[in-house]
Amino acid sequence: MTSTSTAPRTDRAAGTGEPVLSVRDLRVEYHTDAGAVRAVNGVSFDLMPGEKLGLVGESGSGKSTIALALMRMIKEPGRIAGGQILLHGRDILRLPEKEMRQVRAAEISMIPQGAMNSLNPVARIEDQIVDTLEDHSPKRVAKKELLEKAHAALESVGLRREVGRMYPHQLSGGMKQRVCIAIAVAMEPKVLIADEPTSALDVVVQRQVMGTLLRLQEELGVAVVLIGHDMGLMAQSVDRLAVMYAGKLAEVSPIREIFDDPLHPYTDLLIDSLPKLERRGTFRGIPGLPPSLHSLPPGCLFHPRCPKAMDICAEQVPPYREHRPNRFVACHLHEEGHATA
Amino acid sequence: MISRRYLVRRILLLVTVMWTAASINFFIPKLSPRDPIRERLMLAATQGGRNQTGLEAMVEAYNQQFGLDQPLWKQYLTAMLKVVRFDYGYSISQYPRTVNSIIKDALPWTLGLGLMSILIAFVIGTLLGALLGWPRCPRWLRIFVPASMLTSAVPAFVLGFLLIYLFAFQLKIFPLSGAYSRTATPEWSLEFALDIAKHAFLPACALVLFQLGGQALQMRSLMVMTVGEDYITFAEAKGLRPRRIFARYAVRNAMLPQVTGLVMSLGTFVFSTVLVETLFAYPGLGGLINGSIQVLDYNLLYGITMILVFAVCIATLIVDLIYPLLDPRIRYEKG
Amino acid sequence: MVATASQTATMLTPRSRVGRATSVLRYLRRNPLLVIGLAMFVGLILFATVGTFFIDPAKDPYPLAGPASKPPSAEHWFGTDAQGRDLFAVMVVGTRLSLKIGLLAGSIGLAIGIVLGLVSAFYGGWLDSVIRWIVDVMFTIPSFLVMVVIASLLRQYISIENMALILAAFAWPGPTRAIRAQVLSLREREFIRLARLSGMRGPEIIVRELLPNLTPFLLAGFVAALIGAVYAALGLEMLGLGSQREPTLGMTFFWMQRFSALLRNLWWWWGIPIAIICVLILSLYFISFSLDEWANPRSRRSR
Repeated sequence: MTSTSTAPRTDRAAGTGEPVLSVRDLRVEYHTDAGAVRAVNGVSFDLMPGEKLGLVGESGSGKSTIALALMRMIKEPGRIAGGQILLHGRDILRLPEKEMRQVRAAEISMIPQGAMNSLNPVARIEDQIVDTLEDHSPKRVAKKELLEKAHAALESVGLRREVGRMYPHQLSGGMKQRVCIAIAVAMEPKVLIADEPTSALDVVVQRQVMGTLLRLQEELGVAVVLIGHDMGLMAQSVDRLAVMYAGKLAEVSPIREIFDDPLHPYTDLLIDSLPKLERRGTFRGIPGLPPSLHSLPPGCLFHPRCPKAMDICAEQVPPYREHRPNRFVACHLHEEGHATA
Repeated sequence: MISRRYLVRRILLLVTVMWTAASINFFIPKLSPRDPIRERLMLAATQGGRNQTGLEAMVEAYNQQFGLDQPLWKQYLTAMLKVVRFDYGYSISQYPRTVNSIIKDALPWTLGLGLMSILIAFVIGTLLGALLGWPRCPRWLRIFVPASMLTSAVPAFVLGFLLIYLFAFQLKIFPLSGAYSRTATPEWSLEFALDIAKHAFLPACALVLFQLGGQALQMRSLMVMTVGEDYITFAEAKGLRPRRIFARYAVRNAMLPQVTGLVMSLGTFVFSTVLVETLFAYPGLGGLINGSIQVLDYNLLYGITMILVFAVCIATLIVDLIYPLLDPRIRYEKG
Repeated sequence: MVATASQTATMLTPRSRVGRATSVLRYLRRNPLLVIGLAMFVGLILFATVGTFFIDPAKDPYPLAGPASKPPSAEHWFGTDAQGRDLFAVMVVGTRLSLKIGLLAGSIGLAIGIVLGLVSAFYGGWLDSVIRWIVDVMFTIPSFLVMVVIASLLRQYISIENMALILAAFAWPGPTRAIRAQVLSLREREFIRLARLSGMRGPEIIVRELLPNLTPFLLAGFVAALIGAVYAALGLEMLGLGSQREPTLGMTFFWMQRFSALLRNLWWWWGIPIAIICVLILSLYFISFSLDEWANPRSRRSR
């Protein structure tokens, strides 16, 4: 299942209704000894209800930071320096902490990267699902009822009820990740952020877990932000793909179109680095390293590594624009006067 | 439930500990050039003004009495058997009182003072440390961090001395030493109980202050480490109440190494109790140790040492049994 | 994403010397505790060394150096004790002696700990099990009690040196355990595997690869062993089980107790030694605390 011939998802991003999540000019800073660093530098995108948006980038590109920012869980020495995050039109960055706590898991929730350590080692699985439900309900609900819900959640991710009585160390990696998914969707949130949910798993388990995740997504109609660095996985799973580089968005387009015709040279290189059956021989990487966030290059951040760099790329930051219908890119190649085929 | 192998291993360890301590206590005096019997008799002779004729005969008689004329391996065997039976013989200095009876008199005082202070210190210290290590710790509480460092670094007996100076000598609120007033008669009355409490207060303070600081600092650093764990992040992402995350997720997990640390600190605790009791002339086991050193009563010293080693072993075993109840990872060993 | 060769090369390049020096300074600034501890400790050492110029070390710290129980005066800066010792001399010499005991015991304990810890962790197998078992036993025995037994038997024959030996005999389990744990975690890291693959043999790997990375732990372990030894020495001496002749800090406390300095209001006899003891222990403690933080950085790596 590596080719892109599996069912192309219909692109619902073309102006149908209001976005469930709207990020406007998000900026996240970290304070280090050597000064402040922008991990996320002016990122904007919309997420439609039920849509699956992928977010790729190299390590340090800022994608995990975005995940934490969306949950408003950025901690010192980091802080959200500006922008808006609109969930159903409500800017969650302006909410008091008490309300934000209610929003978490109920309206927007997260599946963590390392499920190995994301579960409380000394609490039973079912209790860890129940406590989420308990802390969100305004009045006392009978424990029995909550346990029922917990067991139902376990079954929805393909785990037996008996797993509820177990402790995390008794489960395998895949099972633990599925428990995390169960917890994340227990309250049927509108937005689900999956931060590299399968990175720590082997390929077979990866497929199972992704299968569970996508099935749930369809059943519940929840919008998903899938963060990762595996382009192949993205190709199979998402409707649209956002490519991040050094804290900024390079390109955001529907998945089919990105693979058929990548607009940003970085995207092109990323796709190229995927091993293909037809092409034997050495792997192709992307030459060079991502820039240190302390000393960013002038102009376009990617220009030192870009095979298509022009003079203007070293001077001006390319604006992030919708150059084709529903296709956003920040690259001088597509600006007037430099358009290539 | 509890893995049998785990239990067996722990008990084996403690048996080895007892055996090692007993053996050390047996062999070291044999290696020393001193002869406690002879010295004790000489001491008695000079103090009582008796002359030294017949000293040799007395030494031999005592040797026989204490079984010191047997071949070495036989002595060792009898000594080990005695330890197993908790028979420590007669006190050399307070003959014909047995070591056991002397210990029995002193034991309640040490249990009261020592046990109580370690419990108080553990409970309060751990709670304090948990709060100090929590990111949302109230600002005014933070002063306890340097305070704890001070009290946990300065040895308990120095703290005790300063307390004596301040409260017993200068302010005269508390008595200087002893477990109860010399004029009071031991009885089951409220008056006597208060008297005991007054006498126990300062030594208990010294012990508690010292321990509390250590427990608090340890728990604090454990909390800081625990708070950095992934499951805390996920707990927050789940939208749990901060109080629940604090209690059920953070403290509950940090408690495990904290309890282990308690076992580690038993050695220091014995150290502190002995010295504080000596300082306050408290008639517990610590004070007895000091006394037996002064009058060269080796039997008594040996007996107290073994009893204390045994007590530490029991305490360790109890904690070992409690631990699986706290940590499901040990309770269900890879099911 | 496939890491390119240049990426790998960047990861293995060692940090430059200059970078390391500035980071040390930065670390000091962020850790006032370490600075305070070091300052106190250095101050104490200065006191002990410079002070010797002002005393006659053969006479002053011993009984009958001056009139008994006199408060501080121009003659005797810290006064005298009930047996006529000049207290200033006692403090100067005592600090030095207590440090000497601690350093001796700590060094020996650490040395044994390094050897056993390295061997145990590196070679594993039954050797590791045996060493670990012995360490566990040593840890459970309340070592203070056994030291009391041993010391009370030696009584008059106790000297600075053999007290240090007794302390060292019980000081080594701690470092052994700590170093073993650290070596075990380092052993599985890539650079050790690289060393093995490149043909280095056991002892060479230990010396050239492991030891440099163990430095923070060795330092922390040394200071910890030092503190433990000083503590234990103080405890033994307070019971009167120290050198009967030499004026160590703990023995001063013992004599002071014996002669009821508190009740007789000889404040200089108990106040000054307690102050010096506190300075010594606190300084070591602060240093140890900071070193522990260095050896176990608690902050998680940012993603």
